[in-house]
Amino acid sequence: MVVKQLSVFIENKSGRLVQITEILGKNKIDIRAVSIADTTSFGILRLIVDDPDRAKSVLREAGFTVSITEVIAIAIEDEPGGLSKALRVLSNAQIGVEYMYAFLSKEDKTAYVILRVEDNDEAARVLQAAGIKCLSSEDICNI
Amino acid sequence: MTVFWQKDLETMDRASIERIQLERLQHIVKYCYDNVPFYHERLEKAGATPDKIKTLGDVERIPFTTKDDIRDTYPFGLFAVPMKKVVRLHASSGTTGKPTVVGYTKNDLDTWSDLMARLIVAAGGREDDIAQIAFGYGLFTGALGLHYGLERIGATVVPTSSGNTEKSIMLMHDFGTTTLISTPSYALYMSEVAREMGYQKDDFKMRLGLFGSEGSTVEMRNAIEEAWGIFATDNYGMSELMGPGVSGECERREGLHISEDYFLPEIIDGATGETLPRGATGELVITTLGKEAFPLLRYRTKDITRINYDRCECGRTFARMDKVMGRTDDMLKIRGVNVFPTQIESVIVGMKGISPNYQIVVTREGFMDKLEINVELIDETLLERFAELENLQHTIKDKLRSVLGLDAKVNLVQPKQIERFAGKAKRVVDLRNQTKEEK
Repeated sequence: MVVKQLSVFIENKSGRLVQITEILGKNKIDIRAVSIADTTSFGILRLIVDDPDRAKSVLREAGFTVSITEVIAIAIEDEPGGLSKALRVLSNAQIGVEYMYAFLSKEDKTAYVILRVEDNDEAARVLQAAGIKCLSSEDICNI
Repeated sequence: MTVFWQKDLETMDRASIERIQLERLQHIVKYCYDNVPFYHERLEKAGATPDKIKTLGDVERIPFTTKDDIRDTYPFGLFAVPMKKVVRLHASSGTTGKPTVVGYTKNDLDTWSDLMARLIVAAGGREDDIAQIAFGYGLFTGALGLHYGLERIGATVVPTSSGNTEKSIMLMHDFGTTTLISTPSYALYMSEVAREMGYQKDDFKMRLGLFGSEGSTVEMRNAIEEAWGIFATDNYGMSELMGPGVSGECERREGLHISEDYFLPEIIDGATGETLPRGATGELVITTLGKEAFPLLRYRTKDITRINYDRCECGRTFARMDKVMGRTDDMLKIRGVNVFPTQIESVIVGMKGISPNYQIVVTREGFMDKLEINVELIDETLLERFAELENLQHTIKDKLRSVLGLDAKVNLVQPKQIERFAGKAKRVVDLRNQTKEEK
């Protein structure tokens, strides 16, 4: 159970983020979650969107270097200790987390966490075995 | 079996070459002395009158001619024949001030065609080739020089000129073009555009590339050969000397054979003007030995190279010059270190993950020069891990340090951010002498 994440290379120049989000907006692509890592000279923007393949092609057309990576998305309870429960499961299974970012849902008390790990299948298996829900691409679209 | 254009001349022994050179040197000095007031005065003043030229070594008595001399006598002051004998004029781009104007008699054009034909055949060009010329036509000598040379060997010339890249690529495909003539950077740009148009290299019948007008490194050549699936050679020349056709690589590609029966080369120390011993690296100085309309005595090319007089395995006996490693003009002095753009190119081109397009930016912060290199990130798989991008940056930086001996800041930029050029690529942006406002 994996979802597709977009990684976009951005130069550290003013206007790049605006440009990317405007392209997505114009193409009616909805952003679910976003995270950015940067140095002084460049950054990588990570995006979860409702239509990753189309997002990749429109950004590419605009001259961006874009890749799609598979990551896992989990739903956890939005309460103290909710995240640690999931991370403990991964830690016990000796699965390292490369990076992660989270977002909240609008309706219920659920938080969603995007996790980039070495082995997606193994991570999804241990998480589900521990009763933590992993989201599919359709689930993401429907949030 | 090596194929020659003028086998007798191209395989003369050294003694014969030198005999012809001396004969022609004596003739050209007298010819200039008699026909060009500028030279008459110069040679008198230097005590290098025609009777003083007894050996090839006596060439050192003759004062240098520089680009400024050509500019100062603009437009026709150095011409040795009346205009009615001149059948063609060309001019340099003249980015600064007046252009330098050169002229050709009928015989000059004939000679030029043969000199070009020598290089084309040496590089593997044959009469059944369909050769597309993607140099800009017009006053620039590159396009017409190759054009006449290719026609002379009987190849089919397609004079598309530069620009209108997509149409040129379409014709290249539809005509079954086998040979591309362009600058190295434009050849790479064309390959990018061809990919964007949906072509693969197997869709073309391309087999040869004859590149010139700007210097290129072996790395750049490898990238072009890979992109087009061709065998590429470099040729060298400059409009003042004739245009392309001064020297070119044979299929062995171990230096560019100089047509020594028409061009007498010397290597000098650019700073002192002293002639350097054989095998030394320095500025190339050329005396034209057979030109009628626009002869030049000891012309300072400002190109830095080395001449190798060892016999080439191809059978040609003409000396070979190394690929030009830079121009005295292009040399950047950064924190006291001499840097040639070609050194940077040798690191960038061929590096995995980035495109072969690059830009060199030199700025000054306080009293400190700063060197920045912009390179385009094209490998999207590196986005998987942040550390991989940083590694790439560090790898480039380390290689630059070992080649240049100084630290450069490496900026990864998005694809297509760096300007592409149809003619000579302008890779260097030197902002050191600009005020803050201009930046």
